[in-house]
Amino acid sequence: MSRARADEEEYWHSSKFRAFTFDDEDDELSQLKESKRAVNSLRDIVDDDDDDLEKVSWSGEPVGSISWSIKETASSSTSSLESRDSGLPKGSSSYTALPKQASSYSLSSLFKGRNKLPSFQSLSDALSDTGVKNYAPELRRPRAEYKDYSSDWSPKDTVRRMQRGKVCSLERFRSLQDKLVLLDEAVAGNDGNVITAVLIFLKRTLRKEILFRELEVRQVALCHLIHFLKETGEQKLLLDLFSLCMSFLSLQLSQYREHLNIQDVEKRKEFLKGCIGLPFSAEDASHIQDHYTLLERQIIIEASDRQLERAGQSEIFRKYPRKASILNMPLVTTLFYSCFYHYTEAEGTFSSPTNLKKTFKIPDKQYVLTALAARAKLRAWNDIDALFTTKNWLGYTKKKAPIGFHRVVEILQRNNAPVQVLQEYVRLVEDVETRLNLATKYKCHDVVIDTYRDLKDRIQLAAYRCKVERGSAEEEKIDSILNNMVRNTA
Amino acid sequence: MAAHLSSGRVNLTALREAGRRELREFLDKCAGSKAIVWDEYLTGPFGLIAQYSLLKEHEVEKMFTLKPGRLPQADVKNVIFFVRPRLELMDIITDNVLREDRGRAPQRDFHILFVPRRSLLCEQWLKEQGVLGSFIHREQYSLDLIPFDGDLLSMESESAFKECYLESDQTSLYHAAKGLMTLQALYGTIPQIFGKGECARHVANMMIRMKREFPGSQNSIFPVFDTLLLLDRNVDLLTPLATQLTYEGLIDEIYGIQNTYVKLPPEKFAPKKQGDGGKDLPTEPKKLQLNSAEELYAEIRDKNFNAVGSVLSKKAKIISAAFEERHHAKTVGEIKQFVSQLPHMQAARSSLANHTSIAELIKDITTSEDFFDNLTVEQEFMSGIDTDKVNNYIEDCIAQKHPLIKILRLVCLQSVCNSGLKQKVLDYYKKEILQTYGYEHILTLNNLEKAGLLKSQTSGRNNYPTIRKTLRLWMDDVNEQNPNDISYVYSGYAPLSVRLAQLLARPGWRSIEEVLKMLPGPHFEERQQLPTGLQKKRQHGENRVTLVFFLGGVTYAEIAALRFLSQMEDGGTEYVIATTKLINGTSWIKSLMEKLEPAPF
Repeated sequence: MSRARADEEEYWHSSKFRAFTFDDEDDELSQLKESKRAVNSLRDIVDDDDDDLEKVSWSGEPVGSISWSIKETASSSTSSLESRDSGLPKGSSSYTALPKQASSYSLSSLFKGRNKLPSFQSLSDALSDTGVKNYAPELRRPRAEYKDYSSDWSPKDTVRRMQRGKVCSLERFRSLQDKLVLLDEAVAGNDGNVITAVLIFLKRTLRKEILFRELEVRQVALCHLIHFLKETGEQKLLLDLFSLCMSFLSLQLSQYREHLNIQDVEKRKEFLKGCIGLPFSAEDASHIQDHYTLLERQIIIEASDRQLERAGQSEIFRKYPRKASILNMPLVTTLFYSCFYHYTEAEGTFSSPTNLKKTFKIPDKQYVLTALAARAKLRAWNDIDALFTTKNWLGYTKKKAPIGFHRVVEILQRNNAPVQVLQEYVRLVEDVETRLNLATKYKCHDVVIDTYRDLKDRIQLAAYRCKVERGSAEEEKIDSILNNMVRNTA
Repeated sequence: MAAHLSSGRVNLTALREAGRRELREFLDKCAGSKAIVWDEYLTGPFGLIAQYSLLKEHEVEKMFTLKPGRLPQADVKNVIFFVRPRLELMDIITDNVLREDRGRAPQRDFHILFVPRRSLLCEQWLKEQGVLGSFIHREQYSLDLIPFDGDLLSMESESAFKECYLESDQTSLYHAAKGLMTLQALYGTIPQIFGKGECARHVANMMIRMKREFPGSQNSIFPVFDTLLLLDRNVDLLTPLATQLTYEGLIDEIYGIQNTYVKLPPEKFAPKKQGDGGKDLPTEPKKLQLNSAEELYAEIRDKNFNAVGSVLSKKAKIISAAFEERHHAKTVGEIKQFVSQLPHMQAARSSLANHTSIAELIKDITTSEDFFDNLTVEQEFMSGIDTDKVNNYIEDCIAQKHPLIKILRLVCLQSVCNSGLKQKVLDYYKKEILQTYGYEHILTLNNLEKAGLLKSQTSGRNNYPTIRKTLRLWMDDVNEQNPNDISYVYSGYAPLSVRLAQLLARPGWRSIEEVLKMLPGPHFEERQQLPTGLQKKRQHGENRVTLVFFLGGVTYAEIAALRFLSQMEDGGTEYVIATTKLINGTSWIKSLMEKLEPAPF
């Protein structure tokens, strides 16, 4: 084992790490350029009439493809529609005023001489709706397929017929036993379409307690039912199902999911509160608890800040009006918000950053990053200075950054910090090479010069002299250092 | 129009033709002039079966996109809805039908064509709305396997993986089995079936049962396929998570290929005429079809992107030289010949222009610092470095709020490459993700755990190094320009799924029994008896044909790797690829994410 480990390590130290690079950068680029050039030069030779040649509309669809044709035929017809519409006299009963009942319109009722029943008809009605077939019998199909629908198909045959898209009556399956056999047969067939159809039948003909109980041991069918209820939006039944089946299924998260459908924040909060008691794993439970606590906080903060903003008394809200409400935002976003608007508040208030940090056990790194970004946006350089200053027990101050000062510099630079501020933190970057890179990149001349001086690198220093402005203080500084060095070495 | 479908070892035009025939038959049932109302999602897949011209021949005069409100006025006898069986679409259709002007004369007839299946649930729904009876024909069009290219079939069933692994809904497997039955009806019974994974076992069982239940389906066609290999996506969760590095794979990763079409930013494709002054810059994305019908594309799509530049430049030289010929054409005959070649040369030129532009677009991204960093981490994980601790780069990406999908791809990759993360590491990632992106993503994390993409290392044993070594998943000496192994498609990593296919062909799975046991699900072999007259007598040196069916999706890089194996000189096997959906890491993870409502503003 250890041998293998050593082998592996050796392999990794010895092999040059391969990532996705072009082996020969320049060559590759020039190759692309070359073909580009060739292509462009050819344009002079050939006329740009290749539209004819390719038969492609600009959007790239070959002329004659389906999606292209939809646009074509649709656009011509919409224009005709518009002209028609505009030609209508005002106030005439327009099409939209059609009554929303369709009974007499429905063909099946016409042909069967039957009125439309109130909305919930049985599935078998739907399935044995033969009016359609009478109207347009499919001549090519064998006669046998039109056999009556009430004949005694076994559960197996019923399922098989349904799989083939044929009509079947399920009403014959009366006893619970029969229904369950039918369901099991459907599940064995793996066709979700049929499983769902059988479930609809069962849902209509069984008490829900019985149905749910039977589904306990039929997980596949249960999943289909849940999916179906979600799809058809039967929230009430779904929650009933969850509360009944919670004990044996990991449905807690499915119930938690329902909070997304609640728009009202107060109600959402209450719902989340209800979720806390559900038997989650320890870890999920703490996340759900945090979610609830966060929303609760956000509601409080939102209410008070909205008032502050409206009153117009608070300078920060006047100067930087809020772009959106803080409700339902992630924790880190909330922390940013609180670092932006409530940075100086005492730890006791709900909206103070330190309070958030404590309550949610936000790691130092995350906290510092967020606070830094928020204060930099406000150009509150003193706050940032304080953020990285630590005092030891002797009262000496020291600068420390859990994220590394190079990251601090990056963030400050992104927020357009002035060079004076930037250079203070560039100076603190420990790795010399990184420091030089950053200092050069952001024109922190002093840091570059000092670093080269400390390295006693005359050549680099002399080279850097050309990069600073002629006659500037920096140039003078370089000259004086160079002179000093000469004297010392001489 | 479909010549590229017959270019491969198996002529897939026959499958397309069968699809067209079925479509024609349905259209002819609705006598008279027609308008089709399209579920927009279906236009892509249908476009691969038929062009508008076919519909026109069968009196389709108008086509509209399905949307609520009144149907456009169109003087046709029939209005046909082409839809997927989804309730939300049924609501739109109901609205359309209820708003139909009943005063108009003559009345229009309504029909529904469900794709791929008639749904009892949908019909029940229409019934409840009181409109079911308005439809004269309600039929299904079983578009199970759609030919994408000469060696590629897809069901384009977006949520197949999610349904199988999160919702215990195996309907898509049922369709896969049905699609395979159709295929066997056209190309003969496949004598040998191999498989690995739970879903693979299911599909094989269903096929066997379907065959038993429809004894009439025994056909007398000489079998084209020798072997069927059914592979579960969950046997190889790793491959789709890694960034594909073939040309086609990168196009898909960056821009997304839909039904062989890609939409690209238009700037690079603007015609550059002199004195144009930059006006009339197109704002609509440039849409291109990508398949082997385009000679140049067929040549470069499966190459590692690093090898594409040199091919393009070579092509450029050849075309330039060809155009130069005109100076040498002296006689009328020579000029005539030059002119006759002009259309071909122009097509080649425009193809070269397009791919040069695409290559430039991709190169802008592959040379970016972030792409490099991301790839470095991926390759570290795949080769087994530091998979057991919190990764700095991932941490940084979370802190900078990079897109969540990117984070999830990396964390899942790390988990898979470590046979699960240490509990401490997993908890840390989860907490960071939830705090930064919102607690509701706990649902998505839970989905990923259910699918096995994210988990804690329960047994305390990491099998990945053994699997990696036995299957040679990480190759050090990869040659991107002239590859000698499939690992070139990921610049070092050889896709596990394709290795399984490769080892099955030679020397057989018996050599890797131990590793197969470490991978999830059973592996099995079935034989389907053929009448003696149909048994194949193989010519010496003739290649076997294997159909590899990826249940749960396949990436373009995996396809490239299989094509590479097909083309190997002494490979002995040619591959045709079928799948439930063409995927990449992003589209795959997206399909597993909980659909959250958009933020309230």
